[in-house]
Amino acid sequence: MTERIGVYVCHCGSNIAGMVDVAEVAKWAGEKLASRGVVVARDYKFMCSSTGQEIIQKDIKELGLTRVVVAACSPHLHEPTFRTACERAGLNPYLCEMVSIREQVSWVHTDKAAATEKSKAMIAGGVERVIYNEPLEPLRVPINPNTLVVGGGIAGIQAALEIADQGTHVYLVEREPSIGGHMAQFDKTFPTLDCSACILTPKMVQVGNHPNITLLSYSEVTNVDGYVGNFTVTVKKKARYVNTDLCNGCGLCQEKCPKKVIDTVFEAGLGYRKAIYRPFPQAVPKYPVIDRENCTFFQKGTCKACQKFCPTGAIDFNQKDEYITLQVGNCILATGYDVFDARRISQYGYGRLANVFTSLEFERLSNAAGPTGGKIVLRDGVTVPQTVGIIHCVGSRDKHYNNYCSVICCMQSLKFAHLVKERTGATVYNFYMDMRTAYKDYDEFYQRVLEEGTLFVRGRVAEVTDAARLPGEEGKLIIQVEDTFIGKQRRIPVDMVILSVGLEPRRDAKELGKLFGISCAAAGWFIERHPKLDPVATMTEGIFIAGACQGPKDIPASVAQGAAAAARVVGKIQQKEISIEPIRASIDKERCSACRICNNLCPFKAIRFVEATENEPAYSEVNPALCQGCGTCVAACPSGAIHGTAFSTQQIIAQIDGLTSLKPGGDGHGARVEAEPVPA
Amino acid sequence: MRYSVFPGCSLEKGAIGYPYWQSIEAILPHLGIELVEVDDWNCCGATEYIALNRMAAYALVARTLALAAKTDGLREMVAPCSACYLNLSKADTYLTQDSVLAEKVNRALAAGGLHYHPGSVKTRHLLDVIVNDVGYKAIAQKVTKPLTGLRIAPYYGCLIGRPAFYGQIDDPEYPVTLDKLLRVLGAEVVDYPVKAHCCGGHMTQISEATAFDLIRRLIKSAADTQADLIVTVCPMCQMNLDGFQNAMNRYFKTDYRIPVLYFTQMIGLAFGESARALGIGAEIVDARPALSRIGVEVPPVEEARPARRARRPKEALPMPVMPEEEEEVEL
Amino acid sequence: MPEVVSNGAPRTFLDQVVAATPSKCHLEMCIQCGTCGGSCPSGPDMDHTPRTLFAMIRAGMPDQVLRSNTPWYCVSCYYCMVRCPQDVHITDVMYTLKRMSVKLKKYDEAIAANFSKTFIFWVENFGRSFELGLMSQHMLRHNPFGVFRIADMGVGMVTKGRISFTPKRIKGIDGLRAILAKAKEIEAEDDARILGGAE
Repeated sequence: MTERIGVYVCHCGSNIAGMVDVAEVAKWAGEKLASRGVVVARDYKFMCSSTGQEIIQKDIKELGLTRVVVAACSPHLHEPTFRTACERAGLNPYLCEMVSIREQVSWVHTDKAAATEKSKAMIAGGVERVIYNEPLEPLRVPINPNTLVVGGGIAGIQAALEIADQGTHVYLVEREPSIGGHMAQFDKTFPTLDCSACILTPKMVQVGNHPNITLLSYSEVTNVDGYVGNFTVTVKKKARYVNTDLCNGCGLCQEKCPKKVIDTVFEAGLGYRKAIYRPFPQAVPKYPVIDRENCTFFQKGTCKACQKFCPTGAIDFNQKDEYITLQVGNCILATGYDVFDARRISQYGYGRLANVFTSLEFERLSNAAGPTGGKIVLRDGVTVPQTVGIIHCVGSRDKHYNNYCSVICCMQSLKFAHLVKERTGATVYNFYMDMRTAYKDYDEFYQRVLEEGTLFVRGRVAEVTDAARLPGEEGKLIIQVEDTFIGKQRRIPVDMVILSVGLEPRRDAKELGKLFGISCAAAGWFIERHPKLDPVATMTEGIFIAGACQGPKDIPASVAQGAAAAARVVGKIQQKEISIEPIRASIDKERCSACRICNNLCPFKAIRFVEATENEPAYSEVNPALCQGCGTCVAACPSGAIHGTAFSTQQIIAQIDGLTSLKPGGDGHGARVEAEPVPA
Repeated sequence: MRYSVFPGCSLEKGAIGYPYWQSIEAILPHLGIELVEVDDWNCCGATEYIALNRMAAYALVARTLALAAKTDGLREMVAPCSACYLNLSKADTYLTQDSVLAEKVNRALAAGGLHYHPGSVKTRHLLDVIVNDVGYKAIAQKVTKPLTGLRIAPYYGCLIGRPAFYGQIDDPEYPVTLDKLLRVLGAEVVDYPVKAHCCGGHMTQISEATAFDLIRRLIKSAADTQADLIVTVCPMCQMNLDGFQNAMNRYFKTDYRIPVLYFTQMIGLAFGESARALGIGAEIVDARPALSRIGVEVPPVEEARPARRARRPKEALPMPVMPEEEEEVEL
Repeated sequence: MPEVVSNGAPRTFLDQVVAATPSKCHLEMCIQCGTCGGSCPSGPDMDHTPRTLFAMIRAGMPDQVLRSNTPWYCVSCYYCMVRCPQDVHITDVMYTLKRMSVKLKKYDEAIAANFSKTFIFWVENFGRSFELGLMSQHMLRHNPFGVFRIADMGVGMVTKGRISFTPKRIKGIDGLRAILAKAKEIEAEDDARILGGAE
């Protein structure tokens, strides 16, 4: 039976019509493709508009169309629009195909005649293919109401609380002994100058107490299997060597431990902790952990002071890492950022010159719970600086390091200027290229810092050196910079230099992404589904991202994204079921030779191998819910045993036939070349 | 190990850097290196030729590259002078990247019966070859007279590390290969903060005020770090720091007296070669007082040495760990 | 890429400078951060910092740019080039500006350009540079009293055999001359297109 095909060519204003003669193309399709089943071919200004959709729906009902081809923009944008329109008119949505004559023709060519010919060829291809389309029904799978949140920083905390508050359960996995993330390290937050811990700890306590949150701290995800609605996650709970049922958080063990270690994580290398430690006093949970590498007992077999002094007998040196399995329906990754390694920029002297500090070191310096009790002093721990230089854009906006802007450094540098002035009364210089204070109350904060008397030099610092050259420079750090507003090179002697280092993706972001089946972009941040319109979803159903792991951002934006991801997850949970696109691969058991080539090719780990039993031989099987229909296995199978619905070999060959059916170098009236009949 | 060599105009007999060449010849047998001079090489143009000529400057360098490509099948050419090294590596790199430039340059070369296929000859600085191809370990084994007691400021200058057309051999801002080499020879190497700053090149001929200040910065910093001696890798740097040191002193009314030698001369001394064979004695600022510390001449009376670093107070905050500290040279 | 108008000539002064610099110099990528001006060892002695000069080039001020002493104070240390966050090949642009300022007869002050010319004279006639010739010609012309200031160095150089009295000549000097002549011919053709053969 010949199908009854409707072809609709969109003008898209002048986006398509400006380069392609759309009226001509529609007319051509109606005439020349009539023998292939086209019963109507129209063109219209905006097919995606309500009127445009109604044209298609009217034709389906009145002309009894069995197939629809829409030649317009990319399916990425409007495929759902046209499929839904067809569905509402009574036609199975998968019998509607789109052909992109915008992104693939009008936007990439400059020769009108050639573009028009190419559009015809593409429509011919679409028509040939759609003949082989089958009516498909989406797969419906139930959703497990539990949620996994990876990362206990502010974004992860926000997401966990919002989901837990509405009634379903959350597993919050955090790598460090306590939640809090980088925000717990800061002193004050811009622009309000709220004390960071004061606004963070209430949320941390809420998380710790929440009946709907299982906090898995000092833990890491090691494996993820399954698909949206049904993930099986393996979490390694690292051994704390402290029995959390017995520990009452008194902290005596920490006090008595004789082994002092430089704390490179929470104190940013500026302070010390013990071998048994809680990262900071307000840690949630309150239980300490023992750092095996530095513990005298684990390294030499002696000491055990913590065990001797523990009033509840909570120290357990025999504790082992524990692996648990969780069933969740959705996952939110909120793993945050690492800072740029300032040692890479030798000319700024970090690591060689004692009084050059990074921003994170300075946060600990000015924090009242930090190594100096909040006193802003030089590396000798005693001297108060009289002049301080703060350098913006360290490691950011630089083709040698990171090409992007790290968003928060300008505000952070202004905040430092304010704190230094307030605590020490020192002369403060800020060295910047541009002042990026874009959001609410941010520019007003810049005004405030100007009022307070901080001096601004617009120039990217060339070097920080201790080699004195002019009088007044001996014993100081000299910042050499061009003051671009006066066009002169200046050498400014200071006591202390603060480098506002940029934000970078976590060093293991790529590995973590692989575990969950999501990718990282070139700069290393997780890739969102759409940078403008869908920043918290990923290309993998059921996996969401929130906070700085998606790209550098400040606390308000991280909180907003955490809440957004939570809303998406809750929305999914409330649907109880999720419908999965039926565009997927399926393996014909009879033809499968069990070569397993497809198993490792699947980027979504959707293919499992079924071992031979006495009843039947081994074969590979596609999990329809995990399969995203990429087609890799379809192409790779040497036996041709894998069939891709909506992308079958038959459909693809037909589309190629249609594409190549026009005479090359056409004159605008290309005749169809009939295929030679295969001899019987 | 065999390489072709481009001595450069400054290392010729009777040129300012001839001692550099003498010391190179003295240490080659120890290092097991053979250098084959490119026949009839011409001047690389320094920083002068390219100031007034574009095409001709590249053609000037390309002639030498073309001749080097015909030198006994050797693919790597050694340049002891940093400026020559820069010009040769830059020309080869730009010819490789810019095919239009390469075509034009080869048209010019054809007028002299030559042709150069970009990328055929890779030029390397002598320090790079010694440190990476011979290696610190091999050098350490040949040291018979360690330079113990000598405080040296290692001076790299600009062009050996920047802009590193073939890729970085060492950090362009804070290089360490010469430091490591001198330590392997037994010397005490000071932390010389301006070790990669500019000596001024030809500025002495353009503007004395600018040139002498550039020289002063380097000499002052060496004096501030209590170095006995500055060691260089380039004849232009040696000339500026040594040859013009007295003129600089007169201009600023200072009284610095820090001798400047070549790294190959230090290697030679550590290998037991005589000062004479290494061309030592040709410096304007006398090196004998410094070298007497290591018994090269009659040693003078030992002076008391000032304490170098105060003890760290106990309230001091910890310093970040640097990557170099993590990898010590194993001997 | 330098923009060209229909006859192949560069459209603006910026385009001219880019076209006259071998390989890609990325000058159009300058964001005026000032790292170059901050790094330059001789920056304080220049009429304009390198960054200012690039702003002037972008603003289409060829006269002021080519009369500036900035390129002639460049010591070719390459600090600017390795630190530039936009990978502008600053030192190469400086050489271009030197060439342009001489070709278009804009740079008045003679010392720096003449030093190069003297150096080039020896190279083009002997194939190697000749220090004594270079120094004596240059100093006697531009800095005769300076001779006294470096007299002791000069004497030292002679007594220690670090200066030769006769220039050395390469065997293939004729070949070199032919090569350089041809190269200059090609450059003149390029300049006619890039500089519009302007005076």
